[in-house]
Amino acid sequence: MIPTPNLSHLTSADYDSVYEPAEDTYLLLDALEQDAEHLRELHATVCLEVGSGSGCVSSFLGSILGSTALYLCTDINPHACICSFRTGLQNKTFLDVVNTTFAGPFHHRLKNAIDVILFNPPYVPTDREEALNAQSKRYVEGSWAGGKDGMDITDRFLDVVKELLSPRGLFYLVALKQNDIPNIQRRMQDKFGLSSQTVLHRRAGSEHLFILRFQRTS
Amino acid sequence: MVRLITHNLLACHVKGCTSNNFPLEFKDVQVELRDAEFNSDFLRGFIPKIEWKALVDAARQVGNTSLPLELPEMLDDDFLKSLHHVLLEIHVEEGSMTCPNCHHVYPISNGIPNMLLAEHEIG
Ligand SMILES: C[S@@+](CC[C@H](N)C(=O)[O-])C[C@H]1O[C@@H](n2cnc3c(N)ncnc32)[C@H](O)[C@@H]1O
Ligand SMILES: [Zn+2]
Repeated sequence: MIPTPNLSHLTSADYDSVYEPAEDTYLLLDALEQDAEHLRELHATVCLEVGSGSGCVSSFLGSILGSTALYLCTDINPHACICSFRTGLQNKTFLDVVNTTFAGPFHHRLKNAIDVILFNPPYVPTDREEALNAQSKRYVEGSWAGGKDGMDITDRFLDVVKELLSPRGLFYLVALKQNDIPNIQRRMQDKFGLSSQTVLHRRAGSEHLFILRFQRTS
Repeated sequence: MVRLITHNLLACHVKGCTSNNFPLEFKDVQVELRDAEFNSDFLRGFIPKIEWKALVDAARQVGNTSLPLELPEMLDDDFLKSLHHVLLEIHVEEGSMTCPNCHHVYPISNGIPNMLLAEHEIG
């Protein structure tokens, strides 16, 4: 058993502005735990979490892989960046956090170089407008507002993730049934040659959540 | 906290700024030193990813001159200790990073680099 990260330093005031770990977060932790052996065998040097929020998931990955990897995190929300950093410290994984969209400033230097990429995106279907506004406000709404089919934001990262993934690298994505999972999988295969599996899925209230794992088809 | 290991991986990402956009230049920095656990396997694994000259220059900009100008062929313990310190223990808490090409300024405050761009600057 890998312990769930200690989040006792975060208060309800933090969760006014930053996404509080929920069923989606915990399903991703469970998927990483289930894949722990496979992840260790990668001998990862560089990991990246896009949209790290509270920092819970990267801290957990740090407990699986230990101090032989670098843990980069990004978030558009500056409060989330601070929370991620503090959660790393609290759980003895140093998280190198950058306030930016997706992996923007890393593309130039980390082409085909990231071994583990994680993204629990804003996946809730909303108006397009609402998703765009949430992105520019850089506050807690940006945690869920996903636009058309909940895919407006995720799609922007799916278009570039392959450029970052190392030859044996793994990319984990949280998705909702309404996001049209077979369509995501087919598109990633056809456009980018990334094959994928469902690692776990679970119903939580009205949401049917999936964890997809992508890798290059060799 | 912008550690020099992260700095070595960050480039300007303003739309159209695709050459000479690395390394970003530190300005007006406040630095803190914090111990990190030494791990030679990590360092050896990471060395191939380092842009050496950028690292040496960045270290100088924050007042550290312990690294040789060329990456040595023999990775002895003394060298790995210096490298460990430069990559992982020097934290830039305040200041900014400027793109050498388009001169965009990315501020660092409370240890977090702000690399958000306005909508029209995103590629
Ligand atoms: C559903 S929350 C997940 C938070 C955390 N990873 C977790 O699993 O609990 C989505 C996170 O992505 C961030 N986010 C949304 N759009 C983003 C973008 N374009 N680039 C980077 N982060 C983004 C949000 O601010 C939020 O912290
Ligand atoms: Zn630039």
